[in-house]
Amino acid sequence: MGKAWKFGHDIDTDVIIPARYLNRSELDFLASHCMEDADPAFAQNVKEGDIIVGGKNFGCGSSREHAPLAIKAAGIKVIIADSYARIFYRNSLNIGMPILECPEAVQGIENGDEVNVDLETGRIENITKKAFFQARPFPPFMQELIKAGGLIPYVKEHKKNA
Amino acid sequence: MGMTISEKILAAHAGLEQVAPGEIINAKLDIVLANDVTGPVAIKEFGKLGMTEVFDKEKVALVPDHFTPNKDIASAEQCKILRVFAKEQQLTHYWESGQVGIEHCLLPEQGVVLPGDLIIGADSHTCTYGALGAFATGVGSTDCAAGMATGEAWFRVPESLKFVFHGSKFQPWVGGKDLILYIIGMIGVDGARYKAMEFAGEGIKALSMDNRFTMANMAIEAGAKVGIFEPDEKTLEYVKARAKRDYKVYNSDKDASYEKIFDINTEDIPLQVAFPHLPENTKSVDEASGIKIDQVVIGSCTNGRLEDLQITAEILKGKKVHPEIRCLIFPGTQAIYLEALRRGWIETFIEAGVAVSTPTCGPCLGGHMGILAKGERSLATTNRNFVGRMGHPESEVYLSNPAVAAASAIRGEIVHPREVAK
Ligand code: SF4
Repeated sequence: MGKAWKFGHDIDTDVIIPARYLNRSELDFLASHCMEDADPAFAQNVKEGDIIVGGKNFGCGSSREHAPLAIKAAGIKVIIADSYARIFYRNSLNIGMPILECPEAVQGIENGDEVNVDLETGRIENITKKAFFQARPFPPFMQELIKAGGLIPYVKEHKKNA
Repeated sequence: MGMTISEKILAAHAGLEQVAPGEIINAKLDIVLANDVTGPVAIKEFGKLGMTEVFDKEKVALVPDHFTPNKDIASAEQCKILRVFAKEQQLTHYWESGQVGIEHCLLPEQGVVLPGDLIIGADSHTCTYGALGAFATGVGSTDCAAGMATGEAWFRVPESLKFVFHGSKFQPWVGGKDLILYIIGMIGVDGARYKAMEFAGEGIKALSMDNRFTMANMAIEAGAKVGIFEPDEKTLEYVKARAKRDYKVYNSDKDASYEKIFDINTEDIPLQVAFPHLPENTKSVDEASGIKIDQVVIGSCTNGRLEDLQITAEILKGKKVHPEIRCLIFPGTQAIYLEALRRGWIETFIEAGVAVSTPTCGPCLGGHMGILAKGERSLATTNRNFVGRMGHPESEVYLSNPAVAAASAIRGEIVHPREVAK
């Protein structure tokens, strides 16, 4: 269970982690500047287990994996959005940052609501508003990736079998 | 049923006769790219795989272009990781400052990427190589690491959108930048999300390679996976002088299927300016006219090629940059820089009061060499105008082609080039 941090449409990777911090890649450092240009208070106040709720095309822009890495290192358990930019979607799953698409949940969750998410079933509960939502499940090949724990362990496993 | 050029390239690299949109395939890669931002992370992940060697030392390209010449100690350390790895792995495609250029100008110029290739790059503008008739797409560092290790990657075969440009006449000063901004303004920053954009028609045939690179470069700004062109005589002429290995030309079948076809008349497209803070906020330059600016940036992987500098030189020749404007020019590669120098354009720039830099990404991503203060505004020929992209979160970036940028540098505010060319 965690608190929802709500953002708008087209949240881009420059907002998630500005390029001025990309001369370093340590996770704590990235987390301490996460979402800085959208909400400067986010990095200080976010708690382990909180969730991010975004609009459409979340994570558009650059291919920097630093973006989902920063969000994951900040303690965010899951992102729920209307839709994701392609590279961000791929990167998130590759590094084991769960992301769900669910426009109904985006509509039904306000900033600060307490939310519980069951990653296995995709069931989203807004505890504050006593509402439930069902997110689209991951495509099968993605489930395989996630089961393996991301792309690196997945490739490692397959290499062994080869 | 027929296939699009994108589907054909993907099928061929997956060893399949036929692929269809939505299908997940595993395919062999011709080139895997990373830069000094994404490379260090990829190299770390590569290490986690327990791999000691890349799949092919001639097929991995590392380009230190974002924070080079090393901006500070932290970036020097990142670049060192790249350098050590390139040496250990004896990579063919690695360049130091003095030879390096902006990756998406450099790799086509050096013949590293070729028609028919399947390319992934840990940089979102990897889609630039679609101008050559290659299927090239941006990925993150983890995908890149797996690609460097195995020479393979998984893909979801994208639906294709076709943009057909009718007519071969353009309004004066209109170039590839205006065509692509016009499309992004029309379909939005997620209008081609997960899809392949294919550019075709007489209007495209009339465009130079430099202009096609500009268009393919910004396909990602509509969310696309690739922005692709069928190779023609101009492509082959460009490639012939550079290729050091075999390549293959693919064309879309006449009965290939597209999710949607857009018909555009070339003469309808006015000079474009994208307003902050999204590339889809496009207006005609006349609607932007009079907006005061503090800085003009000409260059980047979008508009840092020879023709871009030529147009800039034509406009700046014998003129002065407005005294309150900082005008910065970044040639895309050393070869472009040298050619501009030989043709006397660098002299024109310096006489006009421009700061000319060695090739680097620099201010394009707010890295270094031209960062904006709070409240400042830049007109740039780059590809993104997100919040804080070029510096302070309360600064602003407007996007345009080089002609509009050069004219505006003279005037001190956004202006149609006809106003200063008189
Ligand atoms: S010039 Fe700008 S957009 Fe192009 S690779 Fe460099 S930072 Fe990215």
